Amino acid sequence: MTGDPLFIDGVDLGDIGIMAVKVLVAFTFLLVATMFMVWFERKLISDMQNRIGPNVAGPWGLLQTFADGVKFFFKEDLRPENADPLVFRLAPYIAAVTAFLSFAVVPIGGSFGSGSSGTVTIFGRETYLQVADPPIGILLLLAMSSIAVYGVMLAGWASGSKYPLIGSVRASAQAISYEAALGMATVVVVILAGTLSTHGIVAAQSGGITRWFVVSSGIVPFLVFLIAATAELNRPPFDLVEAEQELVGGFHTEYSSIRFALFFLAEFMNVITMSAIMVTLFFGGPAGPILFGMTWFWPTIWFLLKVLVFLFVFVWFRATLPRLRYDQLMHLGWKVLIPLILFWLMFISLKELRAAHNWNWVATYGAAFIALVIGTALLLAGLRAGDRAFQDELEEA
Amino acid sequence: MVDTVVFILAAAICLTGALGVILARNPVHSALMLVMTLFGIAVQFVAQEAHFLAAVQVIVYAGAIVVLFLFVIMLLGVDRAQNLELSVLPIQKWAALLFGAGSLAMLGVLIIVVKDPVTGAEAMGGSATGDENVRLLARSLFSDYVYAFELTSLLLVIAVIGAVVLARKPKKVLDSVTEEGSEA
Repeated sequence: MTGDPLFIDGVDLGDIGIMAVKVLVAFTFLLVATMFMVWFERKLISDMQNRIGPNVAGPWGLLQTFADGVKFFFKEDLRPENADPLVFRLAPYIAAVTAFLSFAVVPIGGSFGSGSSGTVTIFGRETYLQVADPPIGILLLLAMSSIAVYGVMLAGWASGSKYPLIGSVRASAQAISYEAALGMATVVVVILAGTLSTHGIVAAQSGGITRWFVVSSGIVPFLVFLIAATAELNRPPFDLVEAEQELVGGFHTEYSSIRFALFFLAEFMNVITMSAIMVTLFFGGPAGPILFGMTWFWPTIWFLLKVLVFLFVFVWFRATLPRLRYDQLMHLGWKVLIPLILFWLMFISLKELRAAHNWNWVATYGAAFIALVIGTALLLAGLRAGDRAFQDELEEA
Repeated sequence: MVDTVVFILAAAICLTGALGVILARNPVHSALMLVMTLFGIAVQFVAQEAHFLAAVQVIVYAGAIVVLFLFVIMLLGVDRAQNLELSVLPIQKWAALLFGAGSLAMLGVLIIVVKDPVTGAEAMGGSATGDENVRLLARSLFSDYVYAFELTSLLLVIAVIGAVVLARKPKKVLDSVTEEGSEA
């Protein structure tokens, strides 16, 4: 199973056409989904806060986002005098392009398991229902989320003003800190699936809920991924990047009109992409019962429903949880999430290794436990010795 | 044909970025140009079917290391063009010129002397597509080169601990700092 069957027998004009259609559909889907998401968030959060929310533009205020978008297009594009002209213009594009690119690896449909390998037939050609299935698969997401940091960081710096700079420095420190936990939670899934390709990861989860990685990896990697993803998205309760009370608007304070709209778009697209990635990694992607007729149609429906659940969760977080302080954020990232997921990664690796080599249960876990105890003891002893030496040095000084 | 076009484009991107790093007057622009070079190298990796290395190149170098560069540049406030006439050591400029010319001369000699392709033999056997790629890399890292690999990681851990020890302030000093209200 290597790559999309579309390209097995060379590439002709029809294949290129199908690719173009796929790209176009994914692009349109993301744009429409973003419009929906903005409306969904505003409506939901006003429900949770006993307000009505947008209700004037279109039925139930559905066209509110569209109206806002049009407004952004026609506003004057301001650039502060102290701004770095080139980087100031570059930053919103980095944010928007990386947001679009990471969605390319998400499989949004196709039935897996029981003989079928998740392909659909379009115009007599077999293909996967995802824009691209590169060999590095899920690493593309990690690469794009690490490039997306540049968008925020450069925006803050290039604005040539203090609040955006503080916001962007916070953002980059936060993103780098939580990327480690996010990556290691992904590694657990990759170890279990035995492949990096998102298509392979979904295929490995086919055959019932117990095979979904949220269950078979223990719930810990999923929880770590959810928390780290929320931090990575700069969503509440981790939205120190744009803490209004402290930083005006954070990194995009100086941005207006369409450039601001691009940041806004990227932010909401990333929420949708992260939800889709969580569904892909932990919840079997498009897996679900096929109820009646149209077999190719149902997986996509299930996929969308699962994504919707996560979109709801993100809004729910925002309505419920107060923002963390900066030291709490760093404490949670470095001292709680990373040790936890590191331990879990070791544990899952050991479990897989034992199963692969058919080692003795007691011997395997006994040896691991003894190693854990000795390691902890050595670490604690080292820390105490270090502390004592440090205190001595202090008293001498 | 496609290979050649990809190579030329990626090499052009690399060289433009590399020139940009040393020619840009603003340190932030230099760092961005470095990112461009790293991307060009990642494209070269993909062209050599080393997909995993390409991904690691982008995630680790472009995504973490240069971000840290930028972080330091922004925090230290050296993000302005500096007067290059004020060099720290008087001989610095001449030493740099000497070493630069030396490396260039060595490279020139290599290009003239070496007639065979430098990397003729394949480094590793087997198909290099998809997951095989990762598997082969992991196998050689954790078998043939396991000591080098583990020693490198030990070195990194020592560096991290060293940095923490150097940056750590005595508890009393730390308390007085937080009282002044600059805890973050």
